[in-house]
Amino acid sequence: MLLAVLSDIHANREAFAAVLEDARARGATGFAILGDIVGYGPDPEWCVDRAMRLVAEGAICLRGNHDSAVDAAESLNAQARAVIDWTRPRLSPAQRGFLAALPLTERRGEVLLVHAGAQAPRDWVYVTGPGSAAPSFRACDARLILCGHVHVPQLYSCDLRGTVHDHPPRIGEGFPLLGSRRWLAVLGAVGQPRDGVPQAGYALLDTDRNELTLRRVAYDAAAVASRLRAEGLPEALAQRLLEGR
Amino acid sequence: MRPAEGMRIDGFTLGPRLHKGGFATIWPVTHPDHDLPMVMKVPTILDGFDGPTIVGFEVEQMILPRLSGPHVPRVIASGGFDPMPYLVTEAIPGTSLQPLFNTAPLALDRALDLARRMAAAVHDLHRQQVIHLDLKPGNMMTRPDGTVVCIDFGLAHSDLLPDLLAEEFASPMGSFPYIAPEQILGRRDELRSDVFALGAMLYQLVTGQLPFGDPPGLRGARRRLWRDPLPPRAIDPGIPPWLQEVILRALAVDPAERTASAAQLLFDLEHPEKVALTARATRMTRDGFWTVWRRRRRMGRLRSFARPPGGTAAQIMEAPVLIAAVDLAPDMERLSERILNGMRDLLSVRPQARVACVNVIRTHRIGIDTGTDDEGRHLHVSRLVALRAWGQRLGLPEDRVTFTVLEGTDPAGEILDHARRIMADHIMMGARASSSTRRYLGSVSSRVVAEAPCDVTVLRLPQSGG
Repeated sequence: MLLAVLSDIHANREAFAAVLEDARARGATGFAILGDIVGYGPDPEWCVDRAMRLVAEGAICLRGNHDSAVDAAESLNAQARAVIDWTRPRLSPAQRGFLAALPLTERRGEVLLVHAGAQAPRDWVYVTGPGSAAPSFRACDARLILCGHVHVPQLYSCDLRGTVHDHPPRIGEGFPLLGSRRWLAVLGAVGQPRDGVPQAGYALLDTDRNELTLRRVAYDAAAVASRLRAEGLPEALAQRLLEGR
Repeated sequence: MRPAEGMRIDGFTLGPRLHKGGFATIWPVTHPDHDLPMVMKVPTILDGFDGPTIVGFEVEQMILPRLSGPHVPRVIASGGFDPMPYLVTEAIPGTSLQPLFNTAPLALDRALDLARRMAAAVHDLHRQQVIHLDLKPGNMMTRPDGTVVCIDFGLAHSDLLPDLLAEEFASPMGSFPYIAPEQILGRRDELRSDVFALGAMLYQLVTGQLPFGDPPGLRGARRRLWRDPLPPRAIDPGIPPWLQEVILRALAVDPAERTASAAQLLFDLEHPEKVALTARATRMTRDGFWTVWRRRRRMGRLRSFARPPGGTAAQIMEAPVLIAAVDLAPDMERLSERILNGMRDLLSVRPQARVACVNVIRTHRIGIDTGTDDEGRHLHVSRLVALRAWGQRLGLPEDRVTFTVLEGTDPAGEILDHARRIMADHIMMGARASSSTRRYLGSVSSRVVAEAPCDVTVLRLPQSGG
C-alpha cells in the first residue's frame, strides 16, 4: 500500500491541492494528515472541508497545536495567535467540532503517527535532532514514527543498541527503512516549508517495499502570498512562503 | 538465533555451510518458490554489540537490491534482525578470484583479458551510482561465460542512499593491500578509489606481487601516500611500457591524477597503442630518498584531496566515452561536418572525454564479400584513412581518440555492439533525409536510438520544404 502522509497544511489551499494531486498521480491509495490544517494561511475553510472529506473517505487525520488553538488554550507566538483569531470566526461550528475532536495519535500496525514528539503528544515538542528524537523512540515500540511540526524534513534511526542517528534526507529517493532499526521521520510542511525550499513537502510510505520517499511539489506560492496580503494578514507570512524560510 | 544446516527460515532451507569468513557465513539454500541455485549470507554477530559488522550488513541490504545487471548477484530475499539477519542471492558457481590471483603472475594475454572484464564490471556499478570501496580478488567472482561479478557490498557507497558507515564511524575501512590513499584519509565518495583497487589488482596479476605489500594496520597502509610502488617492469621487464604506464596511472596517489574512471581504464586496456607514454612507462626504480622524504613531509600534513565533482553520476559524466559514428560517402560530407562540429561542442564541455570514431562498411552477404579479399582489404584501409583524416580535426591527443572500421550486414547492430563493448556513454550520429525506402526498411539511426545502452544524439541537415 502507498500511503501519502501530509503535515502542517496551514490553510494553504494551493499547496494542499498540489500535494493531493501529486500523491494521486504517483498511485497513493491512502492518506494521513498529521495535523495543523489551519493557522498561518488564508484558506482555512477550504482546507478543513477537504480534510473532512478525506476522513470520510477513510483518511487518518490528527490534531496539531494550531488546530487545537481554535477552541482551546494553546501557547502560540503573537503572529500565529493573530492568524488563529482571524481564523476562528471563519470556521463553521461543524468545522470547529471536527478539529476539536481529532485524535492526537494514531497507531497502524508498526507505524505510529503523531503531530510532534511522541513522548507527550499534547506538549507539542519539536523533534530537531537525535537528542530530541530519542524520547519519541523510548515512548513507544513502533518501528516507524511519523511526525511533523518542525516544517523541516529530517530522518532519524534508532539502532539495536538504542543509539539515535540522524540521516540527511534525500528528496525524491526511496529511503529503505531497514528492519534492523527503528525509524522516525519528521515530514516537511505542506503549507509553510522552512528549509529554504519553497515547494510543498510531503511523504509517500510504501508499506510493501518498506520505503519512505520525501517529496517536494511546486505550487503557486505567489498566489497564496497575494491572498494573505489581500486579507491583511502579516506580511512576514507572505514573505516566508515565497522564500521557504 | 544462529544459522545451522537443516534450519528453515522464511521458507528457505539451509544446506551444509559453504564458507566461513571473518564477518559472515555463507550457506546454500533452497525454497519451494524459487527454482534456482541460491546462497544465504548471515553476518557473524559476536555476543554483545558489533557495530561495524551490523552496519556493514545493513549497507549491503540497502545497496545490493537496487543494483541490477550481470555484474552483481541478484537478490532474492533479505531478513531483518528478528529472528536472524540474512541476505539470499542467486548462487554464482565457483570460487572468488582469490585462488587465481594466488597463481599470479599470469600470462600477459590472460591477465589483460581478466583485467578488462574486471574494469567492465566495476564501471557498471559506477553507472548505477554505487562505489564498491572494497574491491579485491576475494570480492570478485566469474560467471560461466566469463562475466565478472562483484560481491560483498558491506563497505559500498551509493549516491542515492544514506551512507551509514560515514555517518556512524570515523575510522577508514577497506582491505589494506588494495585501499586507495583517499579512503585512508576517510573519503567514501570518490569512484576513483575503485580505479585504484583495480590498478593494484592489475599490478598483482602481472607481477605476482602486491604493489604496497600487505600492511598489518592503517599506519603501514598510510605509507602509500608518499612511498611509490616498485615499477612493474623492474619485477618483470617483459611487461610492456604501455601497461606499466596504465598501472601506475591507476595507482596515482592523488585521485585527480589517476585514470578518471573504470571505463577509461578499460579503454586503455583495449587500445594499448593509444596509451600516451610518460616517464612513468619506462622507469625501473622507485623514487629516491629525498623525493620520498619531501613527499612524506607534504603528505603527512594532508587531510584530504580535492573533492570530486558532485556525486558518482557527475564524476562519470565528466569523463565519458563518446562514439562518433560517421558515414564518409561523398553525399554525406555536409552531414559528417555537422557531426564534427557537434563533437567539438561536446568536447568543449567535457574536456576529459574520449572519442571512438566509427565507420561501418555494409557487407551484403557474409562469404561473398570476404571472398573478394584484395578489394575488401583495400576498402577497409581506405575507409580507415578517411576516418582518421576526419577525426584528427577534433584536435584530440592520440591517447584520447580511436578509429575503428566495422564490417557487417547490419550497420546498426555493429554500432550497438561496439557501444556495448567499449561501454560508451553517448553516441553521436547522422540521419539521412527521410525517403520512402527508409520509411519501409527503417533507418540505422532509428534502430540505434531504440536499442542503444546509452545516450544517442542524432544530427540531421536542415531540410528545405516538404
